[in-house]
Amino acid sequence: MYRYDTIDKEMLADRVAEFREQCARRLSGELTEDQFKRIRLMNGLYLQLHAYMLRVAIPYGALTSSQLRKLAFIARTYDKGYGHFTTRTNLQLHWIKLKDAPDILEHLAEVGMHAIQTSGNDIRNITADPHAGANADEVDDPRIWAEALRQWSTFHPEFSFLPRKFKIALTASPKDRAATKVYDIGLRLHRNDDGELGFEVLVGGGLGRTPYLGPTIRQHLPVRHLLSYLQAILRVYNRYGRRDNIWKARIKVLVASLGAEGFAREVEAEWDTTDNALVDLPDTELARIRAGFAPRDFEKLPATSGVFEAAKKDPAFARFVRNNVKPHKIPGYAIVDVSLKKPGETPGDCSAEQMEALADLGERHSQDEIRVSYEQNLILPHVKLDDVHAVWKALDTAELATPNHGLITDIIACPGLDYCALANARAIPIAQAIALKFADPELAEKVGELGIKISGCINACGHHHVGAIGILGVDKKGEEFYQLTLGGSAEAEASLGQALGPAIAADKVADAVDHLVDAYLRERKDGERFLDTFRRTGLAPFKEAVYADAH
Amino acid sequence: MPTLIKWTGQDAQAVEDPYTWVPDENHVPRGDVIVSLQRFQSEGHRLLAEGRNVGVRIEPNEQVEDLAADLPKLSVVALAFPKFLQGQAYSSARILRERYHFEGELRAVGDILREQAGFMVRCGIDAFEVADGSSPEQWRHVVGRFRHVYQRAADGREPAFVERTSFAQGAS
Repeated sequence: MYRYDTIDKEMLADRVAEFREQCARRLSGELTEDQFKRIRLMNGLYLQLHAYMLRVAIPYGALTSSQLRKLAFIARTYDKGYGHFTTRTNLQLHWIKLKDAPDILEHLAEVGMHAIQTSGNDIRNITADPHAGANADEVDDPRIWAEALRQWSTFHPEFSFLPRKFKIALTASPKDRAATKVYDIGLRLHRNDDGELGFEVLVGGGLGRTPYLGPTIRQHLPVRHLLSYLQAILRVYNRYGRRDNIWKARIKVLVASLGAEGFAREVEAEWDTTDNALVDLPDTELARIRAGFAPRDFEKLPATSGVFEAAKKDPAFARFVRNNVKPHKIPGYAIVDVSLKKPGETPGDCSAEQMEALADLGERHSQDEIRVSYEQNLILPHVKLDDVHAVWKALDTAELATPNHGLITDIIACPGLDYCALANARAIPIAQAIALKFADPELAEKVGELGIKISGCINACGHHHVGAIGILGVDKKGEEFYQLTLGGSAEAEASLGQALGPAIAADKVADAVDHLVDAYLRERKDGERFLDTFRRTGLAPFKEAVYADAH
Repeated sequence: MPTLIKWTGQDAQAVEDPYTWVPDENHVPRGDVIVSLQRFQSEGHRLLAEGRNVGVRIEPNEQVEDLAADLPKLSVVALAFPKFLQGQAYSSARILRERYHFEGELRAVGDILREQAGFMVRCGIDAFEVADGSSPEQWRHVVGRFRHVYQRAADGREPAFVERTSFAQGAS
């Protein structure tokens, strides 16, 4: 994995020094909380309901073992012993003291980590396919381009006061594990008919109050022009994006108002006037970054493993393999999904002990790499088939072997009203109640692939619009209610969910999901996924199942 | 005269501001003035013909392209930041410097805070009507905060990817 060089490290050191000084000005009373707000927000520090929250960036979701150990140390020393992985592959620490924040940043900098641009109206943490470098169907390693973007976007002088926050996601596979259609910019790396690498550029996707799937504004952007083309997009947005209304300030509103073609014309016109050579990275720099992601020394192994096959006689291990183990591009290796969704626990939460257990496993069995996915799970990307059983046992000891990847209990949920000052309703207890209903792994597996996504408010941090079952918390005269949507997906054939009907009281949501699942199992044909059945039948049978009692 | 912080390329200095900003509803006084784009478009020729220095103030919703033909005659372009969050003028500044090669003073006016100084200097802004009482020393301190930059902008600083090439050549 790319290691920070002297320049990268000095950037972080300078940032820590800056923030230490700014915090001192706040703690001494020189700055009011209001004046400090604009500063702390650029450092990923939020004042939440109960304490400060620090959001640590995990660029393209990639961690080394020493980085994960450092996060465990910080969670134990400065927080309550755990952290929360988010849908932006960041780690949130929810119980931080302001006076500790500079020290935490200094600890992070020691392992090449930071909280730069994890808040503010700037270019946020760059996310990418968490299977990068391990899956067989990718045309290139998207982390190379994500790292190029990380550097380019860091302290960008022109784009640090955009109309609103700006999120970029990349994939290099036909299977979209980075939800590129629902971000401000989605980049899909592919080869054209001449075999040349290029990006399909999608702009103006997003969830929130007005959800859009991003339209494509360019089919094949030669990879070397990534930065100059993005500069043109960002410049058009910075100049013409709305700033009068926070709900209309994201780039999706500008793209929708100009139309995708109109917006593309503006971008191309801006790009034509740019001296690309001054903006785009030279080949030497691209080669340097690429070398940072060069494949490790994979052993030459047989495609199958006797140890692995024999271990599958244990039905619990076999279940884990069915759901959480994915094929690797190198024979004899596998990708292991580590679920942070044990039924009854908070989705995405991970204790310091669990982080350390994973760091050890990553070091011993996964070439020192651990990944974070937008589904709020972790991944050991390079595990030898021979080792999968041992890894599973160690995961089990750390309560990290829940065999539910992609199943109904693998729920995405934002922190909601338990932590967040913006939320209207809690998300975590709803996720817990649903997961407990389907806690029986056999039942969960029988239901099959079904993504439930829960947001505690219209900002949609829990991606509810793209859940096969989406759940949105709303406030009705001081009470928590939940609106259900069905049929959403963030995968390659992305779609936005359709509203099911009137909002449901908090204590009825898990039952409603139960009814939806019953209806699905009744209607299901030939091993269809929930999404397929819904797309075939439409809302009617599901509506009937949930609201029949109300008639 | 109110003071202005000027960035010389290495240093920040407090200077007396010779210009008077003239809102549209006021009469234009004698001396060097900064006027709105609208006033400049109707009265600019006359004001310049009077032999004084003239500057134009661009609001966030106005386009610097409208000023392109007149730039050689202007000694100042003032870019308005009514609130620090309104960042359109960062783009305007870079376009003025990098596309039109404007060499006069680029002045930031409005909600101008120390925390933005580094970004503004990088975009080619070299004069500041500061709103937070910052001293030139404080201004210099924040502008010089980062030893490296990752991207080219209007300040001519060598980005990291160029620095790395020189390291590599130095090492070989």
